[in-house]
Amino acid sequence: MVQQFPALIVVIPLMAALFMVPLGYFNRRLCHPWLVLILAATSTMAVGIMGQVILHGPISYRMGGWQPPWGIEYHIDQLNALMLILISGSGLLGAVYSGPSFAREIDGRQTMASSLYLMMITGLSGIVITGDLFNVFVFLEIASLSVYGLIACGGGDAPLATFRYIIMGTIGASCYLLGVGYLYISTGSLNLMDLNRLLPELYHTRVVLTAGALMLVGISLKMALFPLHAWLPEAYYEAPSAVSGVAAPLYTKVAGYLVIRIVYNLFDFHFFTRIFPILEILSWLAIIALLVGSLYAIAQTDLKKMLCYSVIAQVGYIVLGIALANRAGFSGAILTIINEVCTKSCIFLATGAIIYRVGDSRIVNLGSLFRRMPITMLAFTVGVFSMIGIPPTLGFFSKLYLIFACLEAGRWSFIAALLLSTILNVVYFFRVIRVACFEDPRPDYQRTEPYPEVAVEEAPLLMLLPVVAAAGAIILTGLGSHWIFLNLIRPIIPAGF
Amino acid sequence: MLEFVISKYNFWVYVILMMIGLYAMLAKRNLVKKLIGMNIFQTAIILFYVSIGVKKGPVQVPIILTEHGHVVQAIRATDYLNPLPHVLMLTAIVVSIATTGVALAVLILIYRRYQTLNEDEILALRQQRRETGA
Repeated sequence: MVQQFPALIVVIPLMAALFMVPLGYFNRRLCHPWLVLILAATSTMAVGIMGQVILHGPISYRMGGWQPPWGIEYHIDQLNALMLILISGSGLLGAVYSGPSFAREIDGRQTMASSLYLMMITGLSGIVITGDLFNVFVFLEIASLSVYGLIACGGGDAPLATFRYIIMGTIGASCYLLGVGYLYISTGSLNLMDLNRLLPELYHTRVVLTAGALMLVGISLKMALFPLHAWLPEAYYEAPSAVSGVAAPLYTKVAGYLVIRIVYNLFDFHFFTRIFPILEILSWLAIIALLVGSLYAIAQTDLKKMLCYSVIAQVGYIVLGIALANRAGFSGAILTIINEVCTKSCIFLATGAIIYRVGDSRIVNLGSLFRRMPITMLAFTVGVFSMIGIPPTLGFFSKLYLIFACLEAGRWSFIAALLLSTILNVVYFFRVIRVACFEDPRPDYQRTEPYPEVAVEEAPLLMLLPVVAAAGAIILTGLGSHWIFLNLIRPIIPAGF
Repeated sequence: MLEFVISKYNFWVYVILMMIGLYAMLAKRNLVKKLIGMNIFQTAIILFYVSIGVKKGPVQVPIILTEHGHVVQAIRATDYLNPLPHVLMLTAIVVSIATTGVALAVLILIYRRYQTLNEDEILALRQQRRETGA
């Protein structure tokens, strides 16, 4: 049974998503327990896979018994297992949260939305578990298509935002597919490990250079790296709370994982530093992303939109770590991914809970929230601390590793940019905390349609629980960051640094 | 030069198609035309994959002949078409159809909300609604 977990973790949510539809037509109230049950099962399997990887080393699972490189191989090392835990864990929190969130925001469409939610988890888990490049494309599109549907559920201008996202996402996936095609014509293989062995002889051919560039551009679009970020803020802003609380932490980070795989495992990173110096360009783009993202965030008057720009800034941190190409940078990138998933889950879900009670996410309307929703705001504050990088949260350690990486690479200007962006983080997050702490609610505030007149009080338990759990995860991962480094990151640091 | 173009004409065709698609996505103001551009873009890549598996001359589909569990016919790669890119493209075609379906459904939602599919008109309408506070 344990040997089959790598296949089951993808197959079970997929089958459960199909089963959700008749179940929902039979009785809509069964959808939410079913969703939580399936996500709990995948989380258990993800932890099981992680245990196996730590105890027995990387797993190679052959789909259908076909030998690699001909068949599809699921190659799982510590990084894959870590991503699986992050995806299913964040998915579980979002699933618990989706009960009240869907009931308020998209009442009557819970069946299909829950089904799409499971499809999204299927796609994301598939991307991080497979070792076959074409398989990555298929799962990328499964994940994207389901999230298009989920975002389009949202109110207001959601359809237009979704349409833009579809166009941009498809261009990104197509560029990636084209790059894979170029690798296929030059090597005849699609298996990641196999390609890693075959490619070094071909590094100087033009077709491999083009393939590397196309794949990185395609994934950068999916990751919303700075000049290609335009689709992100609007799409996540318009999505229902439970959806943005899962999609925002996971999508850009899964794309970041793919960049790590492309730069370090598919190609040798020397290819990107010496033969084809794309990492130099990426590091400058990352710096621009983390400054511009923070500046845009300061300019926002709406909490949820501000967080969307903060996602763009954080993509900059991940890419910076990858692009510096040294031990500390690699570790910093992975720690930033972990931190981002925990923190953005916490903050986005807390924001959803605030919208659920207040009916609005404009910052001026958040007065005296600390008194009215103390637990939610406490969790929110923990998230903010991790975003800024105050010990003992994980955000502190991930930024520390990135600063060490800049020191090692001798990039003093990058350290200045990192510190500046931290100050900008303080500016835009503390503005929210100041209003919530010291200002009274505005007397002329009018509620809008789907939010009935209720006394602003603590969020319902099903929403509160995931927010608190995410805040707990931030502190736990921060305290355990040394363990994470020793057991999960050090074994997979690529040779040659 | 001409020979260079003709000998690799499948690549030229796919690049031209792809650029037509990209142009439509960037420059057209009508959302349906953008969607058509996206479709052309995807089709160009499908064409690229299909064309790299094709061989001219007396080639066959790769059926391995076995007798009593042993391969009786030596397999020479030059005698066979490579079926893998074509199989991959079956999946990619399904993906592209699914994307088109989702995009069309979203376009219906957009039309219901704004009564138009022209991007400029939608943006103007949105600006207007924002100013009136609706």
